[in-house]
Amino acid sequence: MRVKLENLTKRWGNVVGADHINLEVGDGEFVAFLGPSGCGKTTTLLMIAGIYKPTEGIIKFDGQIVNHLAPKDRNIGMVFQSYALYPHMTVFQNISYPLKLKKVPKEEMQKHAQRVADMMGIGHLMDRKPAQLSGGQQQRVALGRALVKEPDLLLFDEPLSNLDARLRLTMRSEIKRLQMELGITSIYVTHDQVEAMTMANRIAVMKDGRLQAYATPDELYDRPRTLFIAGFVGNPPMNFLEVEVVRENGDYHARREGFDVVVPADRGVKAAGQGTIIMGIRPEDITLGDEGIVGEVYVVEPLGRDDLVDVRIGKADIHVLADPEKGLKVGDMVRLNFDTHKIQFFDPQTEQSLLWTD
Amino acid sequence: MATTTRDIGPLYNLRRFLGRSLPYVLLIISILPIVIGYAWLIIATFSYRTEGLFPIDANGNIGGWTLRNWAFLRDPKIWHVTLNSLGIALGMVVGVGFVSSLAAYALSRMNFAGRKAFLSLTLILHAFPSVTLLIAIFFVLNFISGIPVLGPRFGYNTVGGVALVMVSLELPLGVWLMKGFFDNISWDMERAALIDGASRFRVWWEIILPQIKPGLAALAIFNFLSGWSAFLIPFTFTVGTKVANLPVYLRQLISDTAPTNWNQIAAVGLFQLIPVMIFFIFTQEMLLNIYSGGAKGGV
Repeated sequence: MRVKLENLTKRWGNVVGADHINLEVGDGEFVAFLGPSGCGKTTTLLMIAGIYKPTEGIIKFDGQIVNHLAPKDRNIGMVFQSYALYPHMTVFQNISYPLKLKKVPKEEMQKHAQRVADMMGIGHLMDRKPAQLSGGQQQRVALGRALVKEPDLLLFDEPLSNLDARLRLTMRSEIKRLQMELGITSIYVTHDQVEAMTMANRIAVMKDGRLQAYATPDELYDRPRTLFIAGFVGNPPMNFLEVEVVRENGDYHARREGFDVVVPADRGVKAAGQGTIIMGIRPEDITLGDEGIVGEVYVVEPLGRDDLVDVRIGKADIHVLADPEKGLKVGDMVRLNFDTHKIQFFDPQTEQSLLWTD
Repeated sequence: MATTTRDIGPLYNLRRFLGRSLPYVLLIISILPIVIGYAWLIIATFSYRTEGLFPIDANGNIGGWTLRNWAFLRDPKIWHVTLNSLGIALGMVVGVGFVSSLAAYALSRMNFAGRKAFLSLTLILHAFPSVTLLIAIFFVLNFISGIPVLGPRFGYNTVGGVALVMVSLELPLGVWLMKGFFDNISWDMERAALIDGASRFRVWWEIILPQIKPGLAALAIFNFLSGWSAFLIPFTFTVGTKVANLPVYLRQLISDTAPTNWNQIAAVGLFQLIPVMIFFIFTQEMLLNIYSGGAKGGV
């Protein structure tokens, strides 16, 4: 099913939950709403579910306006962060509840619920109460309950936040696989950019109730439209430096105190002559070498596969990923090479990208 | 093998014994007056007269046991009165439980104009001692008496009228208590049920109410007890023995002109107490729920 939001807005008095959201979700697509807490992603999701009434704007399912439809008439399934299982019902009763409300005959209900439970790997737990299950099992029951009525649209509200790190990884790939197999259009709310990047076909980045960008994970990563997206997507986060870009002898230089790199002309030309601007570069795009900008190691954080090294250049701190074999210590002098084809430039006032504009 | 021996002298043993028994001693001392009171009551109901805790006969000698005080059980009137008491108590259980669980759900979950004002108003209403409202309530009951079908059932001088007044006086507390229980239920569970396809009413009935069963039970017990022992309202708004409840009947046994048979009053009092005691023994744990705020955390 296709979902389309047009100028979708939710206000409570002066508090704005969602502000003129426009986006379209294709049939069978997996879209993530990504943003920090309080950015309006859950508000938007609950409006799509029909729990909140939009203050303005319209929601369309397959071209039909559904604003006036009650949640039960939208044929959606939803998984909550708290799982929201019914504690007084058994797993079977939980999963079959949507079917019971649809007045599906008992025998069919039983068969159907069992099939979904088996698919989720909880078929042997049908007689248990939710309190007797582990977090991962509860999550599977919640997922089963959302899937059992064969919804046209699946909504996820931070479903993995309450799980431990390892289980989160397993469930992440499981949800992704299920979604692909069943081909159900899905909207997934999360504040975890790794979850959004790994699972979604497209990501809607939100901040303060506004849609910041709506693009594929690669696009967000390689061509961030705003400073906020650049800082929010990617782990460890992008480095930001205030620089001035000038043209000298045909080359474009990004400069600040103790710092001077030559940037490719196609990027440099858009940033030159704008005064002080913000340069962004990801830690993984900086390498340690024998040549390059000189800096002093300030902090070393071992991450296992890499060391995250905080290098001080003049007054600026830059995070760099380094090979632990190098055995860097605080106070060491290092030289940094920047992959200048990955450098980003942002306007400090508007916080918009100088490279990627519409 | 060497065993480490501690100095276990007689003094140590004594101290340990005292340390263990002290709480019991204190508890026994503090409940002694209550136990004596009950013993006195029970002894009194089976004797002509009592002197302290001892039953005595006409000559002042110990003895004089009798079943005379319990003769009222043969009187059909007492059973009628008991039934009235039961009616008021059950009326309160059902009335307060039903209305406050519906009202509290709305107050807890829905947003409507005047919600806050309504909440504070109910709290103020609860603060009024019912004595101050007696005259006003009389007029209301009198008005209801004039309504064709309702009048004979819920008007002045009817058991239904008494129950109606008791229910409405108890509602503010009931609504507030139930609201507390509803507030503890997560919104997500309700949203999940709405998305699963339930109507608002079904959500309330099938999903939310089962979560607050402990609260409902506590409220029911609380109301049963206060309905069963109600005196002021039944005494004020009923005339004669036909519609009296047990406490009022008890009051009627005390006459201004004839000497009062206190031992019979003790017997009726004990008769009224027995169901409450049995009830309380079985439900005291649930009753404590009302203070701890009920529903288990669940998932």
